[in-house]
Amino acid sequence: MDARSSVAPPRLGRTLHRFANPGQFLRLSGRVLPWLFWAGALLTAIGVVWGLFFSPDDWQQGDTVRIMYVHVPFAWLASAGYLSLAICSVLSLIWRHPLADLAAVEIGPVGAGFTAVCLATGSLWGRPTWGAWWVWDARLTSVFVLFLLYLGHIALVRAFDDPTRGYRAGAILALVGVINLPIIKFSVDWWNTLHQPASITLMGAPTIATSLLWPLLFTTLGFSLLFAGITIARTRAAVMERRIRALLMAKASSSGGEEVLS
Amino acid sequence: MTRKKRRLLVLLVCGVGLCSATALILSAFSDNLVFFVSPSDLAKSGPNGRQVRLGGLVEQGTVEKSTGGHAGAQFKVTDGNASVEVVYKGILPDLFREGQGVVVLGVEQPNGEFRASEVLAKHDATYMPKEVVDALKKSGRWNPAAGPPPPASTWNLPGKPAGPSG
Repeated sequence: MDARSSVAPPRLGRTLHRFANPGQFLRLSGRVLPWLFWAGALLTAIGVVWGLFFSPDDWQQGDTVRIMYVHVPFAWLASAGYLSLAICSVLSLIWRHPLADLAAVEIGPVGAGFTAVCLATGSLWGRPTWGAWWVWDARLTSVFVLFLLYLGHIALVRAFDDPTRGYRAGAILALVGVINLPIIKFSVDWWNTLHQPASITLMGAPTIATSLLWPLLFTTLGFSLLFAGITIARTRAAVMERRIRALLMAKASSSGGEEVLS
Repeated sequence: MTRKKRRLLVLLVCGVGLCSATALILSAFSDNLVFFVSPSDLAKSGPNGRQVRLGGLVEQGTVEKSTGGHAGAQFKVTDGNASVEVVYKGILPDLFREGQGVVVLGVEQPNGEFRASEVLAKHDATYMPKEVVDALKKSGRWNPAAGPPPPASTWNLPGKPAGPSG
């Protein structure tokens, strides 16, 4: 079956081929999505209640330390979200994967939102702990740059009339910005910063007492599942939107095609 | 097939170029990327009238809160090798104490005194409830006024309580 040999259905044939993969995505994600949301909500609720009411105070910071249960997961997810944006961009640039294009567009606003919450909670935490809402040290500045990269990506992918050109430009921007991720991670080790270095590392014991660590584990898992859930729900909506548009286009071209031919 | 490989190659080459460019830029500017200098750095450069941020630990037994009408304090900031006398007028952050990391913004005077206009507390990466601190203090393993806590592996491993027996 060579779709190119016939005259009328080439566009339709290619469109169907393009959406073969997204169709599978719709089926699979439809099944996974409720589990993601419910498990995410449950884990977040457990972590938040545990962290806010049952975990002990920090000996220096008192109750202020409880901001950690939101700030730290959101900071991790801000970076992890950008990494997923970059992976989608590689898939888009090299393999021209249509689903990766849509996912990249939809990750942007979610990641920007999570980064904004990370910056806001960090600011609220910094005032009582350090004595400043904001300082331009390497960690805070690099996370602010991450926020700007997200905003730039959001604007760029939507700035072209031809969406494909927007995807390409956005993917290149996202990949250039990836260099910021190791800078965020290692800024506290490479340079003197006001922000403290990591408490949880791959090697060595965590410097957070286990009684404070458990709720953090729960909120981290919970918020991660919610991040994934929101992104997948948005991508599903985008796939459906494209399908509807493609169907409308096909309908318009099949009814208007005879006029063009005659 | 070959087009995909070519795109992959172009992307990799661009990535290597971008990474090395960024590494060069960051290492070239690394002196300007630090948020504060240590007392040893300050001792090396000497007083030059420029405003800098000085970071280190508040030395044990050196804090004198000012009496009189205004809030303020005089203390020494140390990094273990050198220490600098800091004079500050203003309200100290809640976390300020002996043995705490601080970052102070100010100018070093010709007499070696550091006149600060801002004091920020630098929190370390350790979070523990009061009971753990008390247990560490009681067993003599940590005096918070003397400096940072002992390594986490000595007090934060499962099945290893922070008590004297641990």
